[in-house]
Amino acid sequence: MRAFSLPPTAEGRATRWLLTAVAVLFLTLFLLLPLFVVFQQALAQGLGLYWAALADNDALDAIKLTLLATAVALPLNLVFGVCAAWCIARFEFRGKSLLSTLIDLPFSVSPVVAGLMYVLLFGVHSPLGGWLEAHGVKVVFAVSGIVLASVFVTFPFVARELIPLMQSQGAEEEQAALVLGASGWQTFLRVTLPNVKWGLLYGVILTNARAMGEFGAVSVVSGHIRGETITLPLHIEILYNEYNFVGAFACASLLTLLALLTLVAKTLVEWRQARAAARALHETQDRRTQAMIHLNQESA
Amino acid sequence: MSIEVRQLSKRFGDFVALDQVDLRVDDGELLALLGPSGCGKTTLLRMIAGLDRPDAGQILFAGQDATTRHVSERQVGFVFQHYALFRHMTVFDNVAFGLSVKPRATRPGKAEIRDRVMSLLKLVQLDWLAGAYPAQLSGGQRQRVALARSLAVEPKVLLLDEPFGALDAKVRKDLRRWLRDLHDQIHLTSVFVTHDQEEALEVSDRVVVMNHGRIEQVGAPDDIYENPASPFVTHFLGDVNLFHGRVEAGSLTIGPFAHAVHGLDDAERAVAYVRPHDLDITWVADGALAQGRVAHIHAVGPLVRLELQRDDGAAIEVALPKERYRELGITPGDVVYVKPRKLAVFPGGADYAI
Repeated sequence: MRAFSLPPTAEGRATRWLLTAVAVLFLTLFLLLPLFVVFQQALAQGLGLYWAALADNDALDAIKLTLLATAVALPLNLVFGVCAAWCIARFEFRGKSLLSTLIDLPFSVSPVVAGLMYVLLFGVHSPLGGWLEAHGVKVVFAVSGIVLASVFVTFPFVARELIPLMQSQGAEEEQAALVLGASGWQTFLRVTLPNVKWGLLYGVILTNARAMGEFGAVSVVSGHIRGETITLPLHIEILYNEYNFVGAFACASLLTLLALLTLVAKTLVEWRQARAAARALHETQDRRTQAMIHLNQESA
Repeated sequence: MSIEVRQLSKRFGDFVALDQVDLRVDDGELLALLGPSGCGKTTLLRMIAGLDRPDAGQILFAGQDATTRHVSERQVGFVFQHYALFRHMTVFDNVAFGLSVKPRATRPGKAEIRDRVMSLLKLVQLDWLAGAYPAQLSGGQRQRVALARSLAVEPKVLLLDEPFGALDAKVRKDLRRWLRDLHDQIHLTSVFVTHDQEEALEVSDRVVVMNHGRIEQVGAPDDIYENPASPFVTHFLGDVNLFHGRVEAGSLTIGPFAHAVHGLDDAERAVAYVRPHDLDITWVADGALAQGRVAHIHAVGPLVRLELQRDDGAAIEVALPKERYRELGITPGDVVYVKPRKLAVFPGGADYAI
């Protein structure tokens, strides 16, 4: 007897082996090996040098700046994403499809082009940049430019996560809350937000990962001033170009760890959602049993 | 609380949803808005609730203008067709929601909220499900939770949008009888929307039949059923046979047949509407409307349904009591005459299609 039976539509044994082998080979070659190499290179000359590379002043400055850019981009895009999703999912207005397209712009534009747009807009030679410079505000080749670029490239993540979710849920629950006497703010806090919380968290995780890892746009507006406008990805590039492989891969391992952490967090969120659904199903079965007992008692 | 609607109009683009509608709902009444989809009944209900804004016209609650009053201040209960229960809250929290969002000054204490919620859940016979989530309930249970939730804030008016539309036939019947009983207990002014004529006629005190954004007829259920005011209402309230002819000197003439009608002016073209159970079958042409050949006989249930075929190929449906059917001894292929016990004649003669 076979341990498990296959559905009649399943492929033959050889085909399954071949397909699995191709998938495993591909994953190893393009994901697992590079991942392994990053840590191997970083630790190639011992833990001591690894820590030294991370504790280096320039590295610490880069980490700080990366954290700063993320700390600004995250709440900004959280608020913006929720507002935009609310607008698009709940209201019909002229220019709705235009707004929807604009939200996707950072996805469709190359990050380098995005960086160049900021340089052109805020550079010293542009009217706006000149005016800001005269009032003591420097955007290009400064921290504010890096923050702006980070905000720009992470613009769509929260909104794109929420819009389909809110559209599929519809506005009826919110209308029900309003009829019951709730204010707009109460409705938002007690009905809208709890309904989208997992989608929102998912969007935040993605925004965080992208904000920390962004290279192209930030590279253009940064100007590469050491200790001032260097983020972690830029720092890695500089170290690599200077043949400081241990330093470059040590910093790279940090970003890789972040990526892994993001994946874990993402899996956790998905797992919790699945578990909540499973629990609801389980409880339903309990309730059914309870209902039967209840009915039996009533009829007795 | 009474509701009055004056000259209410609403259009969505080119589509006229409501066209200068006037309506009065008396205090403590259970009123049904009946009509086909797109007739404006739901739009009217949502405007009374304050969920949609009219283009023109007025809405009065207890004689006071409430047209611009915000939905959260109208003190109405609204039951949505798809329940719209808060999916992340338990049944208890759903019902308690309206009380818990009240401003601190008027919000009842925790213990009082619990008592109120539990007594409402008892009223809808679901107190044993207080800890369940909406996803765990059946359709009928969800609908009753939605009802309890809307009653928790002690609304002055209860509005229900196709409340039984998404339920299966058996649950639907039970629930509408239950709604009628509930209304007899609490006497809350209630308006419900439905496209099911049986539901409207069975549950409500008065029925409002709507079509194309206008009110066609308002009246008590049996009044509307017995004396439909227009061809549309006749059509909408059930199966009906059409007979085209003309009115001449107190009788309706259809080809060689003549049937006496009283109090009707002469008309070159007229249509008589007769329900299948208002038609009798005879072997003589005297006073008949038409003749036909018996094509099919369905003898299941207390009524025997016969399908007759006229010479021009049109079908006539007749529903006879079983005894009458046995007495006549009809078999398929017989040529018989149909005679109305009751008919509605509308001059004009144009066919009315829904």
